[in-house]
Amino acid sequence: MATHARLRKTSNADRLLPSAAPLQLIDPDGQPGQNPGGLTLPEPEVLVGLHRRMVLGRRFDTQATALTKQGRLAVYPSSRGQDACQVGAALALREQDWLFPTYRDSVAILTRGVDHAETLALLRGDWHCGYDPYEHRVAPQCTPLATNALHAVGLAHAASLQARDQVALVLLGDGATSEGDTHEALNLAGVWKAPAVFLIQNNGYAISVPLAKQTAAPTLAAKGIGYGVPALLIDGNDAAAVYAAARASIERAASGGGPTLIEAITYRVEAHTNADDATRYRAEDEVRSWLERDPIARLEAYLRAQRLLDDQAADRLAAEAEQLAAELRDDMNSDVSADPAELFEHVYARPTVALERQRAALLAELEEYAP
Amino acid sequence: MTSVMSPPERDSAAQPALTPVTMAAALNQALADSLAADDRVVVYGEDVGTLGGVFRITDGLAARFGEHRVFDTPIAESGIVGTAIGMAMNGLVPVVEMQFDAFAYPAFEQVTSHLAKLRNRTKGRVALPVVIRVPVGGGIGGVEHHCDSSEAYYTHTAGLRVVTPGTPADAYLLLRQAIRCPDPVVFLEPKRRYWTRQAAILTPDGPPIDSAVVRRPGKDVTLIAYGGMVATALEAAEAAIEENWDVEVIDLRSLSPFDDQTLTESVSRTGRAVIVHEAAGFAGYGAEVAARLTEQCFHYLEAPILRVTGLDIPYPPPQLEHLHLPNVDRILDAIARLQWEADDA
Repeated sequence: MATHARLRKTSNADRLLPSAAPLQLIDPDGQPGQNPGGLTLPEPEVLVGLHRRMVLGRRFDTQATALTKQGRLAVYPSSRGQDACQVGAALALREQDWLFPTYRDSVAILTRGVDHAETLALLRGDWHCGYDPYEHRVAPQCTPLATNALHAVGLAHAASLQARDQVALVLLGDGATSEGDTHEALNLAGVWKAPAVFLIQNNGYAISVPLAKQTAAPTLAAKGIGYGVPALLIDGNDAAAVYAAARASIERAASGGGPTLIEAITYRVEAHTNADDATRYRAEDEVRSWLERDPIARLEAYLRAQRLLDDQAADRLAAEAEQLAAELRDDMNSDVSADPAELFEHVYARPTVALERQRAALLAELEEYAP
Repeated sequence: MTSVMSPPERDSAAQPALTPVTMAAALNQALADSLAADDRVVVYGEDVGTLGGVFRITDGLAARFGEHRVFDTPIAESGIVGTAIGMAMNGLVPVVEMQFDAFAYPAFEQVTSHLAKLRNRTKGRVALPVVIRVPVGGGIGGVEHHCDSSEAYYTHTAGLRVVTPGTPADAYLLLRQAIRCPDPVVFLEPKRRYWTRQAAILTPDGPPIDSAVVRRPGKDVTLIAYGGMVATALEAAEAAIEENWDVEVIDLRSLSPFDDQTLTESVSRTGRAVIVHEAAGFAGYGAEVAARLTEQCFHYLEAPILRVTGLDIPYPPPQLEHLHLPNVDRILDAIARLQWEADDA
């Protein structure tokens, strides 16, 4: 048996490994980062755009959390603290690319261009997905973990097979990396050289379980080498770094270079959802230390130092954010007009005879007991 | 019900020719003709490329259509189905193979939580024309995890179509229909019938994908079977002539949706029914059939609807599988218990 034929070239294996420390373009004080690696600082207008979308996203996020307290949303998993990942990833995508978000990625979906009310349909409980995935190329939010990674790899490979210039970016959390589907997705992407980008938002906790109980790997980015997938470890609270890493990975994928795994170190400032009590598993000190590394304050300090943002512009942006929040409140406070007949409409391309009967029975029941 | 299908295309490869053909060859021909008819069709799974599949159902397809249409994957069933979802979202029509029934279980979450639900979740905006081929059932002396009858797991999930052929001709027809269907289809192939030869015309024209067919008309009792049990049921029907029972055999073909019309018409006429399947009886597919027919045909029934099924045990080892599987004698015994005395009185 020619076992040597099974050996791969190992001399280039090192190029698959992430850096030891997270790459950073702008540090927490708004100064140029000390560890840029191969990342390129985005153009000024991109940085201004990242800041603007983070401010709008943050306002959307705090408004959504408030709406849960008024009973207007069934549940809301906040991404506060992860603003740089949400916005950096969404803005790095080109028009034709696809985003595969999870339940925590409402801000990324909003940033991609989906209407604010449609973004929250799932969490409001109107329907399981409120937007047309093809309109902005945003897949429905993934609630079971990591299943969306396989959808992204399939979509990306289909683009390759049809010679389309299209990349799929999937958002994952640290907890999702323990799921089998993450393994299968990275492996398939590696084998197929699929134009896919895996962005892990490592926010430290899977609900209550800290990363140390999730994996013994030195970093999550270190897992890439096992699949032949090059990896980047980045500061996930640095919007410039997230954008630059995602953009470079997208361009690499689009030019036939295959997939990239990005681990972005960040922090979930809020509890898992409004229904969770984070004080049961983490200390206030820890949360405070991350509040000091706020992604918006960091970029704002940098922009002001570079004279790319002044008080006037900041005020205008704050007003725009308030306007968004007001519109969101109005939309969420209007009553849901769900059509019971629609429950049967989309199970199959055409309702089956049996479903048509059930629909008629339900409508008759509603008619009979109507107030 | 046919209106959801695009019109069946006619192609030269499927010219009527009444020659003996195996179900395996018929399935291979259906895949080849589908690949030729529609550029969007891709076929992939474990060993389906170079090897042509462990059952050779994809034999020669990679060579003929190229590795970008027919290809091998890593051993990752969830990955195979999960990527098929993404491919279908992006304009392809994936036809994927699960190597064996029980090896499909790692894909269960992708099948039930995503493949079955995405159309509904997106209000019809995302259609997933995916076919999952699964060789199922026993009777081939297979060892553990190679002989499961997994249909009830799939039929219990709204949004999936579940079909299973009982003959080579129907294997061709149903697979062509499944690949043209805009809904996801779980296509269960009875592996014990892969190598049975039968004179058949392979044509994409025939009864709609969601219809049952009467394989043998009769007036005394309706024998309901599907997949690998269709041949057994027909054999039992022939043997029943000696007992003066004129047995009608229905091949369900489509397990979901269920063809209530064909079934209630038959059972209302015969007044007696026996359901046959290899899967365990408890909470099995036959329970749904019996319940529906009881609800719809109660006043025509001369006897309780009976089931002849596998035992309520994990699939037995090869040396003992004959004790588990329904056979002609058990079917005849069940027919004998349909209260004929009361009828004669």
